[in-house]
Amino acid sequence: MNQASMPMPRESYELTGKRTKELTKRQIRKARISGIVLLLLSGLVMLVFVPAVSGVSTFGLSTPDDAIQLDSLAVPSAGSLWVLSSVLAFLGATQFFRGFQGKTTIILGISFGVFAIALMVWAASGQEFSLISMLVATVSRSTPIALGALSGILCERSGVVNIGIEGMLLGGAFTGVVMGSLLGGWIGLLSATLTGGVLALLLAVLAVKFRVDQIIIGVVINILVLGLTSFLTAQVLVKKPELNDAPIFAAVKIPVLGDIPIIGPMFFDQTIIVYGMFILIGSVTYLLFRTRWGLRTRAVGENPKAADSLGVSVAKVRYLAVIYGGMVGGFAGAWFTLGSVGRFDENMTGGRGFIGLAAMIFGAWNPIGAFLAALIFGFSESLQQKFALLNIPIPSEFLAMAPYLVTIVVVAGVVGRVRPPAADGQPYEKQ
Amino acid sequence: MTAAQTPPEVAQRGFVQQLTTSVNWRTGLLIPFLAVVTALIIGIVLIMLTGSSFGQAMDAYAALLQGSVGSVKAISETLTAATPLILAGLSVAIAFRAGLFNIGAEGQMLVGGMCAVFVGFSITGLPIYIHLPLALLAGFIGGAIWGFIPGVLKAKTGAHEVIVTIMLNYIALRLVDFFLKTELFQREGRNDPVSKTVEASAQLTQMLGWMNPALRVHLGLIVALIAAGVIHWLLFRTTTGFEFRAVGANPSAARYAGMSITKVYVLVMMIAGGLAGLAGSGQILGVLDRATPGFSSNIGFDGIAVALLGRSNPWGVVAAAVLFGGLRAGGQQMQVSADVGIDLIAVIQALIIIFVAAPALITAMYRLKTPAVSTQISKGWAS
Repeated sequence: MNQASMPMPRESYELTGKRTKELTKRQIRKARISGIVLLLLSGLVMLVFVPAVSGVSTFGLSTPDDAIQLDSLAVPSAGSLWVLSSVLAFLGATQFFRGFQGKTTIILGISFGVFAIALMVWAASGQEFSLISMLVATVSRSTPIALGALSGILCERSGVVNIGIEGMLLGGAFTGVVMGSLLGGWIGLLSATLTGGVLALLLAVLAVKFRVDQIIIGVVINILVLGLTSFLTAQVLVKKPELNDAPIFAAVKIPVLGDIPIIGPMFFDQTIIVYGMFILIGSVTYLLFRTRWGLRTRAVGENPKAADSLGVSVAKVRYLAVIYGGMVGGFAGAWFTLGSVGRFDENMTGGRGFIGLAAMIFGAWNPIGAFLAALIFGFSESLQQKFALLNIPIPSEFLAMAPYLVTIVVVAGVVGRVRPPAADGQPYEKQ
Repeated sequence: MTAAQTPPEVAQRGFVQQLTTSVNWRTGLLIPFLAVVTALIIGIVLIMLTGSSFGQAMDAYAALLQGSVGSVKAISETLTAATPLILAGLSVAIAFRAGLFNIGAEGQMLVGGMCAVFVGFSITGLPIYIHLPLALLAGFIGGAIWGFIPGVLKAKTGAHEVIVTIMLNYIALRLVDFFLKTELFQREGRNDPVSKTVEASAQLTQMLGWMNPALRVHLGLIVALIAAGVIHWLLFRTTTGFEFRAVGANPSAARYAGMSITKVYVLVMMIAGGLAGLAGSGQILGVLDRATPGFSSNIGFDGIAVALLGRSNPWGVVAAAVLFGGLRAGGQQMQVSADVGIDLIAVIQALIIIFVAAPALITAMYRLKTPAVSTQISKGWAS
């Protein structure tokens, strides 16, 4: 009945043949376009930033309570902007005329990094810019995005598309704060995780058993959770504010490692949820690529029919992967409440679940890749926060748009280069 | 085109039937009806879980009914709320037909509404029969531009329209915030973000204003109904509509038949965006008379529920929009007189979509004998 799982061997051969031909033409055009973008960025730095700066840009590298104090880094603003813009121009021109082919993604990443540095030099011109606090915030803010991406990876590696990450984050944030207010942070964290699991069970039942369109279920989960949490906030939390006042997990400094300059505050002086993210990224990478369970999950995501014929239960594998994924999403939700402010506000996740999806795609469905992608989004978020504090003459609305724009660029620019699991989004009907 | 007429339709008849065309009273009417009833029952449970008694829950539903069909004013409110829902629902539905999921109606409404409000206040001295259509056209074009972006990105780069449209929603929201604070838009002497007022010559007139000025139902309803007729004609009576449906049913078959997928994706997203833009313009020109931050108030998302409940059929969309309009109008009354938050309506709508998208749940619950087929629209990330 459903054409998605119907095999079409001959056609697909011809299709792939045609597709590769198209792709090369596409790649040339893409190389041209990205080259032009880089040249424009270089021009922006040269013509807009350089005239606006004077003196030196100072970057703070240590917080006052660090054990080892580093001197602030001071660079001449205009001079370094000239250097950075020349680097961008060089990369852009090379990309335009020759293209970096296989290395394009890395080169683009480096170029945007260079541009980000230029932005900071411009913003810090004539004042002190606490680089270290921004880097710490970057790691913290990338946590829910990385975990959201991890949630998507677990589901999609088994062949179930999970658009409902946003809802799982929001659900986790809500129950996390309510249970946290009642019974303490740890129980809150556990309930957040379980909430994600329950929502994922809904996704799994509808997707695996009833074979409903997975994108629709995901969207419904988002609408449902947004409606439910808003309804309960208005009906219950507003009247009983004591239910919306959970303890916040404090940052836990790891001895010795936490004293390393720069790296220490970034990675070894964070909350338990951030550490949880690192542990989950590592363990899911191991589980997916080094264990029998992971091999089966990936096999079901690539070719459920072959896996089925070898005796793997497609339904069971998908149920498990989706529920694990949902629990990761719920855990991530706790970051918003238990990990930062301790109270719940309507729709407080603000699209982080979708940004997580973009990070998943950018990271090529690989946990470590997704974490690196999440760092980029986290960086862009904390840069925006920092700029708002520094009174930078860019309207705050445009800064707030940045993560969303980056997501579109990523999804449009990268999706052709990376390949999702072959059976992603396709219900499987046992024959 | 002649070679294109047969293969996709024959090969994919089952799929097309699932989505709509067959008017089977069970799948077309009984299951949506039971879906609504079940969702409302779960709503009662939910109200009681927040500490109200069964009697209070029934009072809340009585207010819901009173506020949606209880009086001429209530019916007017229902139709007023249904007007943008029809257009937003059509926007999502036409994209569904071409196999695309337009979650961006919200953002397209915002951009369209901003274009409409600009034409509405910046031009003066035009007669209404020129100014009003001009403002509506501006709204359509604004929405179409916002729909063009995901369409062209999907066609050219394969970027999934779901993510792109969601991101464009957020961007549109911020753009509205920004523009409402610029001199161009902001009302003189105001510090809060609110636009100048639309000229009377660009307002959608209240149709029953002569009876009672409180009856807000406006000409936009007619615009929406005409749009439903045009979309029905476009989808089922024109070659373009056939191409939309063929691409939606099976993109590779459509490509082999010589259709341009790029053209279909771009065109259908522009039309979808334009319809949502009209929905936003209708709100601006017919109800609000000015733009405020987030004036789309989730109507674009409700459009998804409307399109699914209406099974992506234009007249089904109209019926579903009237139902959801009633829920919206009644929800206001429920909030005021029974102190049950209007967000409950969002929960009920989400439940309705679940039951409509997974009819097997309903058939199992009520022991119906209909073979239930689930809706299958999208095809993962890469298609």
